[in-house]
Amino acid sequence: MANSEMIESVNNVSESGTERQTVGASFCDDPKFSIRNASVFYAEKQAIFDVSVDIARHEVIAMIGPSGCGKSTFLRSLNRMNDTVEDCRVEGGFHLDGQDIYQDNMDVVALRAQVGMVFQKPNPFPKSIYENVAYGPRIHGLADSRVDLDEIVEDSLRRASLWDEVKDRLHQPGTGLSGGQQQRLCIARTIAVNPEVILMDEPCSALDPIATARIEELIEELSQNFTIAIVTHSMQQAARVSSRTAYFHLGELIEVNPTEMVFTTPEHELTEAYITGRFG
Amino acid sequence: MDNLSFENHIMKQFDEELEEIRTQLMEMGGLVEEQLRLAIRAIEDADSAVAETVIARESQVDDMEMSIDERCTLIIARRQPAASDLRLIVSVMRAVSDLERIGDEAQKVAKLAITLTEEGKSPSGYVEVRHIGQRVLLMLHAALDAFARFDSAAALETLKQDEQIDLEYKSAVRELVTYMMEDPRSITRVINILWVIRALERIGDHTKNLCEQIVFVVHGRDIRHGNE
Ligand SMILES: Nc1ncnc2c1ncn2[C@@H]1O[C@H](COP(=O)(O)OP(=O)(O)OP(=O)(O)O)[C@@H](O)[C@H]1O
Ligand SMILES: [Mg+2]
Repeated sequence: MANSEMIESVNNVSESGTERQTVGASFCDDPKFSIRNASVFYAEKQAIFDVSVDIARHEVIAMIGPSGCGKSTFLRSLNRMNDTVEDCRVEGGFHLDGQDIYQDNMDVVALRAQVGMVFQKPNPFPKSIYENVAYGPRIHGLADSRVDLDEIVEDSLRRASLWDEVKDRLHQPGTGLSGGQQQRLCIARTIAVNPEVILMDEPCSALDPIATARIEELIEELSQNFTIAIVTHSMQQAARVSSRTAYFHLGELIEVNPTEMVFTTPEHELTEAYITGRFG
Repeated sequence: MDNLSFENHIMKQFDEELEEIRTQLMEMGGLVEEQLRLAIRAIEDADSAVAETVIARESQVDDMEMSIDERCTLIIARRQPAASDLRLIVSVMRAVSDLERIGDEAQKVAKLAITLTEEGKSPSGYVEVRHIGQRVLLMLHAALDAFARFDSAAALETLKQDEQIDLEYKSAVRELVTYMMEDPRSITRVINILWVIRALERIGDHTKNLCEQIVFVVHGRDIRHGNE
């Protein structure tokens, strides 16, 4: 696993000169994603402070922290979803396989296919199940024929472990599925365009424990082929699905460490306070 | 994180639950320590009545073990403890099991005290029992004290005493074997004394486990089986 490649993190010194230090193992060799000194602002208000971290290939990294600490903001900066937010400004280096994703000539639509996102609330298009999955591959020109497209749709639904439940009603509306099925449909839609990284922002918070367990099982399977960053409010979920956990606090990245370590012997007392449910 | 505290949970009830299992553990420790003290006295004074008290109270130790275990299980199910909370629960569960075994060994000593008393008075072997017994008692007391304060330095210091006890056990065995060779009529009796010091030596081992659990709670390091 990527853990063994992690090396000790170094001090980050922000522009204002104040020292910000992320404790633990933030960096790795040959990362999928490399983020350096990232800051995100909403107008004058700074939401992310000088965050540096690597995301290893095919790892599942969980991002946890109190509400408002900037998890979603940080996640959205990884596929430039923040571009769509007015007054939002992103600074720092974001390299995906060595390529700067904020460079001027970056094709943002292609980037968002490469770095897909699954949201908290399942949000299928008001179209058929089939069309929900086929839409992306079609606009990205991934299928040459109807047969190709059928294959991609089936394959994506299978990988999202939804196929058996919907194969007989592919042309019924996606919105007619249960919440858990809708979320798996959204995952199928995301993987249909062959992403490399999947960002998930509280993907199970609207689901019951069984639907949640299915998504978690799916995350485990998907991690064989994709790199996954998941934001979750469920500590148990972070503990179950991820290999590394990142703890954010007031816009700062406090600690990144192997998940088993974070949940048994966290390095930073703020992490300890948060995961044990204490006043930090 | 050396300043270990089990308070300040947002759920106040959780603070209380953790406090309760700590209190219960200390109560159980106190009871077991008393059992051991009385068992050793029963041997020294050849006092069957004291030994009977120890035997009668053994079931209290068992009850406490089950009660603390149950509370810990409930906390795991209800609170899904993490980090230092999780380590506390795990270590308390391990500690009660060691305390229960110490209780068993103390009971063994008490039963042997009755046998020895029935066999009539002969002081051979009592020096060894008194010597190792006092050491083990002191060690157990220090370990419980360290547990109460989560003092890992004291725990590491206390843990070392087990080696000394093992050495004394070995030399006592040699001594007792000499008695047997010198006076074959004493064999039955000396073998019973051997069982007593064997039990005391085992208590030293369990007490060492307790010390290791303190280090685990405080630092999250598992130093069992010579792990550093
Ligand atoms: N569109 C926006 N405009 C202005 N401020 C925003 C915007 N989105 C988020 N913020 C602010 O940025 C900070 C971080 O918000 P963010 O949504 O990233 O937190 P979060 O960790 O995802 O919280 P939660 O766990 O509640 O989802 C908060 O103070 C929030 O109020
Ligand atoms: Mg959020």
